[in-house]
Amino acid sequence: MSYHFGNWPPPFGIEYRVDAVNALLALLISGVALFLLPWAKTSVNLEIPERQGPFYALFLLALSGLMGITLTGDAFNVFVFLEISSLSTYALIAHGQDRRALKAAFRYLIMGTIGATFFLIGIGFLYAMTGTLNMADLAERLPEVRDSNVVHAALAFIVVGLGLKLALFPLHLWLPNAYAFAPNFITAFLAATATKVALYVMLRFIFTVFSPEFSFTAMPLAAVLMTLAIAGMVAGSWVAMFEVNLKRLLAYSSVAQVGYMVLGVSLVTAAGVAAGILHLFNHALMKAALFAALGTIYYQIGSVRLTEIAGMGRHMPWTFTAFALAGLSLIGVPLTAGFTSKWYLVIAALDAGQPWLIVIIMATSLLAIYYIWRVVEAAWFHDTPEGAALPNEAPLSLLVPLWVLVALNFYFGLDTRLNVGGAEAAARTLIGGAP
Amino acid sequence: MELLGHYNYYVVVILMMIGLYTIIARGNLVKKVIGLNIFQTSVFILFISLGKISGASTPVWRDGVEVYSNPLPHVLILTAIVVGVATTSVALALAVRIHEAYGSLDDDELRGSHGPDDSIT
Amino acid sequence: MSPFSVVLIPFVGAILIALAGKRDRLRDGIGWATAIAFFLAVLGQLGPVLDGAGREQLLLEILPGLEIAFAVEPLGMIFALVASSLWLVATLYAQSYMKAGGYSHLGRFFASYAIALGAAAGVAFSANLLTMFIFYEVLSLSTYPLVAHSGTENARRGARVYLGYLLATSIGLFLVAIIWTWHAAGTLDFRPGGIIEGNIDPTWVPLLVALFMFGIGKAALMPVHRWLPSAMVAPAPVSALLHAVAVVKAGVFCVVKVAVFVFGTDFLVSTGSGIWVSWVAAFTIVAASLIALTLDDLKARLAYSTIAQLSYVVLGALVATPLAIAGATLQIVMHAFAKITLFFGAGAIQTAHDKKKISQLDGLGRAMPLTFGAFTIATLSIIGLPLFGGMWAKWYLLSGSIDAGQWVLVGALLTSSVLNIVYLLVIPARAFFLPSRDETAPAGIREAPWPMVAAMLITATCCVVLFFRPEPIFTLVEMLLPASEGFQ
Repeated sequence: MSYHFGNWPPPFGIEYRVDAVNALLALLISGVALFLLPWAKTSVNLEIPERQGPFYALFLLALSGLMGITLTGDAFNVFVFLEISSLSTYALIAHGQDRRALKAAFRYLIMGTIGATFFLIGIGFLYAMTGTLNMADLAERLPEVRDSNVVHAALAFIVVGLGLKLALFPLHLWLPNAYAFAPNFITAFLAATATKVALYVMLRFIFTVFSPEFSFTAMPLAAVLMTLAIAGMVAGSWVAMFEVNLKRLLAYSSVAQVGYMVLGVSLVTAAGVAAGILHLFNHALMKAALFAALGTIYYQIGSVRLTEIAGMGRHMPWTFTAFALAGLSLIGVPLTAGFTSKWYLVIAALDAGQPWLIVIIMATSLLAIYYIWRVVEAAWFHDTPEGAALPNEAPLSLLVPLWVLVALNFYFGLDTRLNVGGAEAAARTLIGGAP
Repeated sequence: MELLGHYNYYVVVILMMIGLYTIIARGNLVKKVIGLNIFQTSVFILFISLGKISGASTPVWRDGVEVYSNPLPHVLILTAIVVGVATTSVALALAVRIHEAYGSLDDDELRGSHGPDDSIT
Repeated sequence: MSPFSVVLIPFVGAILIALAGKRDRLRDGIGWATAIAFFLAVLGQLGPVLDGAGREQLLLEILPGLEIAFAVEPLGMIFALVASSLWLVATLYAQSYMKAGGYSHLGRFFASYAIALGAAAGVAFSANLLTMFIFYEVLSLSTYPLVAHSGTENARRGARVYLGYLLATSIGLFLVAIIWTWHAAGTLDFRPGGIIEGNIDPTWVPLLVALFMFGIGKAALMPVHRWLPSAMVAPAPVSALLHAVAVVKAGVFCVVKVAVFVFGTDFLVSTGSGIWVSWVAAFTIVAASLIALTLDDLKARLAYSTIAQLSYVVLGALVATPLAIAGATLQIVMHAFAKITLFFGAGAIQTAHDKKKISQLDGLGRAMPLTFGAFTIATLSIIGLPLFGGMWAKWYLLSGSIDAGQWVLVGALLTSSVLNIVYLLVIPARAFFLPSRDETAPAGIREAPWPMVAAMLITATCCVVLFFRPEPIFTLVEMLLPASEGFQ
């Protein structure tokens, strides 16, 4: 599908274009927003008691920014929407109750703006070489100038800029604090969408605009991405193992999970890209559920530190069970969505003739078991700290949406037609060349 | 000639480095914002330079002019400037809130209050 | 009744038990109802299997070719029968034991117990490696609360080691092996004759065998055996469950199943790919027996005895001649009945006299004649003497190893039997024949509560009955083996 703004035909006018890749993304973003909002109602009431109007307005702005990035077919438009969503995100993060939220938002702002500006430089170079900003048009014209250093620099700037946005190791430093101190609803939403959209843009540029031949043969991009992905998987999981603040724990786990997605992409096979996109989709589901569960825990207990949730699983079984089940999906236990994507990733690695990657994937999965298990053990098998107020089970207005999210994790682990089919179609579109 | 002819690009690179250095090296949050602005401005200049065609006139339709400058980069940069202004305002607003909450704008002092793991940049 | 609904019975029971929570009578009632219903349901599967057409069921297809499916075949039937029948006895024992020991959180305990049994049934009836893997993991997770039940720091540490070993091996090795198999063979189904042959370069097959055998950590092949002794912190019914009914038996069952239906016995025999792992098993048998000799803690000694006995099965499965496979399968059954008796005994001694060390047992046989009588029978069965069921297993394992010309293995088996006499038989011998060192001990008979004693006597009787009437099991074993080579 293609829509022309103001009826100007591309490449002169701005074009919106929907194909297999961003259709899946758009579905994911709007779906996550849809399923999170019922949960957000109570959540926002608890965390942001006054001035909710601007808060929701900012949220919708961020949502529309993300949708815009996804659907547009114009490179500069991507930048504008990236900034729209980022700016509203900074403000949303600053709504967190802890004053450290301000610092986290500021840091994210600095890093995010640098990333976006890098991206802008890259687009500027592309425009200088081709005289167009339409992605499809770029893809057609770039091969003529592919040997130019400027085009190489453009790709480098774009990858680095987006790497910042998608928290690719070692450009992830903004992420843990931003996730940890943002309001819970925002954390859940961002974790499920923001980094995913940045990854989508990266895919779009690497595969559609630059074409895989250029990205991976003219430059050692695959090796770079694979190294960083593995480093992110290992480092993120490793740090998460020792983290006692659960929101930061999940944030570091996100860094690791981004590594899985990028790893899939770096294999440069249709199966690998499909695995990356599939994991992108599934990870959004699990992180939305996990952060929603964590938020629910926070509202009832007032803390998400490991020491303070000790023994609470017995007092709020439904919430903690939801957390544990979503955690299973994160680990990649069969029957969950997380399993399908890890399975595809491993098979893709084997097909690509890189069996040693299995060792790393399995090892990081083991680390994931360890850090999820610490939570489960603390919640059920540790004694409640002396003198702690015993919490009640969360209200239904939080529990029902939470369980819907958890159920989605299992639904997409069992009925894989939508996510697997969508990811495979998307990968075919990307590898196949122009949209 | 060739070297001097591209002097605006050298300016871009120098400005960009100044901006990045300021962001990284300065502890004061407002100075970081200033650095960010310089950094962004350098990119604006880059874009505008791209649109310049030597000997061309302003892109307004009139008789007797054959070569126009490319107007598109200007339009883009107009948007980017708006984005930059918005970024700056959000950043400054955050800085004000941080000052209210912590009583300081210096990164080192902020860091001291919460241990090493949550410094800024 | 479809296989999946059989598997589902204990899970439903677990939910009801958890809901019943602290209402003791209701909870115990549900526990009994579940155990009986489960046993009858498993028995209901027997008819079609004996007719040569076990039920098959495709539950759902996750990815193309990747299915959750069930199929009942003779090997799984044997395991399911052992598990379900011993669950009945274990219920009798556990309800009494947990009350006598004053344990709390019984709802959680019995619910986890039921889930573990359901998972064992899932492993037994699984039609492919994926399904098996899922239930294998459910089994690991559901037994964690059981091992950590007392909640002390010690129990938690033991349980963490337990779970850590099982998860690390299953995900780090077992799953890798499954993925490799899938990649090479394009299927994970259990098929007679195996799915590996012709799909993997024979030079790599020994590595795959190793991934499977060490990955199935529940089979406790050295060096992944450490979890078993550390799980000894659990209450006695759990140890009995772990060692005799569900966990380790699921492990060795998976080993046999993989050997027969993934690699294929002919393939293993002709390539000899499994032989070096069977030497590891032989080493485990001897080493674990020697370690057992040095231990004074009763349950720890039994644990090392279990490690040794499990490796009998691994050994038999990898030698893979028809006689050896028969021996391995029989060993699953015979060892289950004997070992559960021994653990019941250890629990009974602890309940009645609060004694855990072997050196404290002198003279106790006169106070607990029934317990130690049952204990002696089970010991003799494990050693493999005639008149006791264990003999059949040892007999076929030995004949199988001799057939294959594996004299190292034969030597290990014989050494182990001798060591068994030394480290196991010495326990009842001391209890019966040495004078009591504890002067203050009251004279006269003081047994554990009657349900516990009854449970022990039932399983001990089974050890004897299985010697005289092993035909039903033989029938199933025979169906498992290639038709041409009758093994009797």
